[in-house]
Amino acid sequence: MKKNFKGWLYLLPAIIFLSIFMIYPLIDVLIYSFEEGYNFASQTHKGVGLYNYSYVLHDTYFLQALKNTFILVIITVPLSTGTALLIAMALSSIKKLRELFQTVFFLPYVTNTLAVGLVFMILFKKTAYSDGMINLLINFFGGESVDFIDGPYWAKMLVLCIYTVWIVMPFKILILTGALASVKDDYYKAAKIDSTPRWRVFTRITLPMISPMIFYLVITGFIGAFKAYSDAVALFGTDLNAAQMNTIVGYIYDMLYGNSGGYPSYASAAALILFCIVLTITCINLMVSKKSVVKGV
Amino acid sequence: MKVVLEKLTKRFPNRNKKIKTEVVAVDNFTFEIPDGTLVGLLGPSGCGKSTTLNLISGLEKPTEGKVYFGDTDVSDMAPEDRGVGLVFQNYALYPHLTVKQNIMFPLQNFKGDKKLTKEVMNDKVLEAAKLVQIDMLMDRKPNELSGGQQQRVAIARALVKQPKVLLLDEPLSNLDARLRLQTREEIRRIQRETKVTTIFVTHDQEEAMSISDIIVVMKDGVVHQIGKPQNVYDDPTNLFVAKFLGTPPINVFKGKVKNHMIFIGNSAVLEAKDIKDQDVYVGIRPEGFIPDDNGSLELKLKGLEVMGRDTTIVSTHEACENVEIRSIVSAETKIIPEMEMVRFNVKPMKTFLFDIESGERIYFGRQEKIV
Repeated sequence: MKKNFKGWLYLLPAIIFLSIFMIYPLIDVLIYSFEEGYNFASQTHKGVGLYNYSYVLHDTYFLQALKNTFILVIITVPLSTGTALLIAMALSSIKKLRELFQTVFFLPYVTNTLAVGLVFMILFKKTAYSDGMINLLINFFGGESVDFIDGPYWAKMLVLCIYTVWIVMPFKILILTGALASVKDDYYKAAKIDSTPRWRVFTRITLPMISPMIFYLVITGFIGAFKAYSDAVALFGTDLNAAQMNTIVGYIYDMLYGNSGGYPSYASAAALILFCIVLTITCINLMVSKKSVVKGV
Repeated sequence: MKVVLEKLTKRFPNRNKKIKTEVVAVDNFTFEIPDGTLVGLLGPSGCGKSTTLNLISGLEKPTEGKVYFGDTDVSDMAPEDRGVGLVFQNYALYPHLTVKQNIMFPLQNFKGDKKLTKEVMNDKVLEAAKLVQIDMLMDRKPNELSGGQQQRVAIARALVKQPKVLLLDEPLSNLDARLRLQTREEIRRIQRETKVTTIFVTHDQEEAMSISDIIVVMKDGVVHQIGKPQNVYDDPTNLFVAKFLGTPPINVFKGKVKNHMIFIGNSAVLEAKDIKDQDVYVGIRPEGFIPDDNGSLELKLKGLEVMGRDTTIVSTHEACENVEIRSIVSAETKIIPEMEMVRFNVKPMKTFLFDIESGERIYFGRQEKIV
């Protein structure tokens, strides 16, 4: 202990900071989630138990949010990672205008979420007076206009998914272009000499070589998608329950401050449920990745 | 399969785009490699030897000239259609595949009629692995192997598809000194056993001399000399080749020919009939010195290196281009380190004259062109 004294001293600022702003609130949230009938104003509670969890899990709004979040995760993570890989491969194989395209593909990353949401609203809108460009296109091909922003559930979910894919893709393209560039040219030359078909080069050489990066993107993608909130707000406004487009984080926020606000116990319970889901999924991801990721590349 | 290079030329645009002149990596290389020989492409770095190898493998396209495998013109053929095996300098083994999978990789690419069954593939892989003696390491990953073992796997992978030509790019440069000796013998043995025409690139003259049937000495894209290692050593065509081959290197003096005698400083060392008076470079191989108390060439003694089998006399002379002169004499020679000067006679067949301007060889006395 004495030997390590200096080490602990150097760690102290970070430990203090983390204790105050991370560990203490975490424990607090845990306690809140078990305190039944907690009153924020008087700081009192009636009892201790699992009622908060039971309430949240039976709340239709929460179940809707849970469903929305899962759909979002299952659709957007594979779709965005796959598309990003395709684009990154295409970018790596061209020489001319490569930098220009790299910049173009990176633009959504530096653009504000809400501003992009506004653009999407205009693109997908359908009002009594005018249609957005997407609806004009649908009309052009002989279809009926669909209200993507305030219409049927599938239409709204579609827009949310497209929006999410579009907003998370630039980062993935960036990472994957870098990963592809780091694969040594000699492997491809060796494969060429041995007349390896292109598809086999991709599956047997490229993919294994960049697999650590792909798994990194999938894991962070899952975590990010589970925590989605601002994207839905940008498209459908703050009353997400009414729009049937709420996410788990949105539900937590509503419980704290929203229209039905003032229930920190329910919010805490929902937050812990989310935490457990993310933890489980991440653990599964890590287990899968340990088996299939190539080491020592 | 014999390999024929015909006026092979490769020019690259200069990397600095402002400079319009092109870089000539390989200049007008014509050579016929007989079937089943081991050829060493030798030269200092940047001399175009790797580019030559890439032109043969098809990874680079020639600017001019042709490459033939046997009687087939392969100049415009893609590398995958040429049927060559290539061993990369850093081996390029796939790190996520086992030794067995690595060696099997080329076989699994065969299509159509050539497609092999699992059993045949396994047999071929085992055969190749046995040839390079790694059949007990089949389930290891490349990063669990030593450098020498990785090298063997790379050779097995190149050989397993029975290539027409085996190409090796600096095969020994990533190995330590002891392993290098061992591996070069291995390459020789494998080549003898498979009888595949093999071309390898190296900057180490000892490596090239020791195992090649034929060596090709290159510099700045130009082939300077082609021949059997001993012949090239005994009969260099110019000063560069003479300097590049041999350890310790040849001793080069600034001298002159006057009245049909070769002079180094003021000493007339050898007779040179029919040579007109001119300034020359005189190159004397380390083994070309005969210690003699009445010898014609007097050198200032700097030290002795006793090896047991023989002795290296280190000395200096003001006309010498090298920092010091190294001469190898038999261990019985009576020379004591306290002597200030040593006297030598020189062997005419171990002494070469070169033109002072062009560096071209000037034959004198009984010397004849061998190569």
